[in-house]
Amino acid sequence: MVNPALLAAAGEVGGDFFKERTSDTLPCQAKSNEVFCFDWARENIDRFGTPTVQHLELVVISVLLGFAVAFALALLAHRRAWLRTPLLAATGVLYTIPSLAFFFLLLPVTGIGRDTAIIALAVYTLQIIYRNTMLGLGNVPGSAKEAARGMGYTDRQILWRVELPLAIPEIVAGLRVAIVSTVAIATLAVFIGGGGLGTQIYGGSNLTFPTSVFIALAIVVLMAMTFHIGLLVAQRFLTPWRKARAL
Amino acid sequence: MTPALLPLASFGGAIEFIFSEQTSNVTGGKKVGGFEQAMELMLKQIEVTALALAVALVLALPLGLYLGHRGKGEVVLVGLANAGRALPELALIALVAALIGIGLVPVTLALAVLGIPPIVSNAYVGVRQVDPAAVEAARGMGMSELAIILKVELPLSIATVMGGIRSAMIAIVATATIAPLAGVVTLGDYIINASIYGEDGRLAGAILVALLALALEGLLALLQRRLTSDGLKLKTV
Repeated sequence: MVNPALLAAAGEVGGDFFKERTSDTLPCQAKSNEVFCFDWARENIDRFGTPTVQHLELVVISVLLGFAVAFALALLAHRRAWLRTPLLAATGVLYTIPSLAFFFLLLPVTGIGRDTAIIALAVYTLQIIYRNTMLGLGNVPGSAKEAARGMGYTDRQILWRVELPLAIPEIVAGLRVAIVSTVAIATLAVFIGGGGLGTQIYGGSNLTFPTSVFIALAIVVLMAMTFHIGLLVAQRFLTPWRKARAL
Repeated sequence: MTPALLPLASFGGAIEFIFSEQTSNVTGGKKVGGFEQAMELMLKQIEVTALALAVALVLALPLGLYLGHRGKGEVVLVGLANAGRALPELALIALVAALIGIGLVPVTLALAVLGIPPIVSNAYVGVRQVDPAAVEAARGMGMSELAIILKVELPLSIATVMGGIRSAMIAIVATATIAPLAGVVTLGDYIINASIYGEDGRLAGAILVALLALALEGLLALLQRRLTSDGLKLKTV
């Protein structure tokens, strides 16, 4: 039994695969009881190449941008204590606004396309990176700073050679959470014309073609896991004096 | 008008959309916008958010508190928290719509799934961070294990526990915005179906969704203040 709604959705998201087949010879998917269509997946896997690269670009650019801003804010707040609470509140407000709404709040200023998506995704990472950097700097033992002072280090040297290296575990943990969340949220970029793997989930006015959704989901989860493990390994190399923590 | 002021004009149009009905270009003279419609969609978004948060709380909070009390299952919970973050909400809604169906119940369950990982893992971490001496003292006074969880560990870890609930709420209300894709018509309808509501409607939707999320977050922050015992407030001053 062919489900017309599924067939229409598959035609839109699934490309020519279904148009080339009559309803009698349809191998799967348009039959309402099938969840994953291996025939479609085999023939259409190359459709996911460009969206995957776009997705990777969205994530990497926006997290780097967010990291640069949040790290600078944290250094500023580290020096001027009165800035800490207002900056935490401000990044918290930005974090609370749903990404989809943020895209369209930016739209009148930055227009349709990838730039708007990148700005909104970067803003979303500010809170977690800022908070973790402050946490890391706050956890540095006073004795370590005193020892550095005793060795004649200036404030700047203490920051870059003692405090920041000792704060690396918290900073990298923040980066890890930020990047994993961004990999997932970047699927929403499709709504603002930002490309990425969301295009293989939501095809303009329809989203009910599960095979394509499953493949996009698998790529997203793999990408998130790769970043997660990569950063755990990086942290181990960056802090050879301690074992990487699991949390 | 100078180009620099154009964004302001867009926001003016969006505000007008919220407060006065207009005729849609597409739906054959059908009225869109207006305060009544905007409130109806907002109430729907509040409803599905509250339901999903309630389901997530009922399932996740006791589990997180219990595991934290027993000090078991850390590896599983860390994995769950990470997996939860990596789950794209768009794919979740798409799969629920395709495999389970559309409507309030499937969407509520899908949103609840998003809320569970932060609540469980924060409850666990919060309880683990409670001073063991406080727990020992309670046990010495003859409190039952359940009483220790509810009267000692939960009050002392309320900041971390509420942090998890707030994260869950943020994820749920954000995802409720794309719920119209699965047949629950929330404020996100203004954003997703811009062909019906027009650009003013889309921006109006974005403004209302942002305000709603901030209002709900503020509400939970107030609740957290109320739930924090006076003794803990003194300590932080």
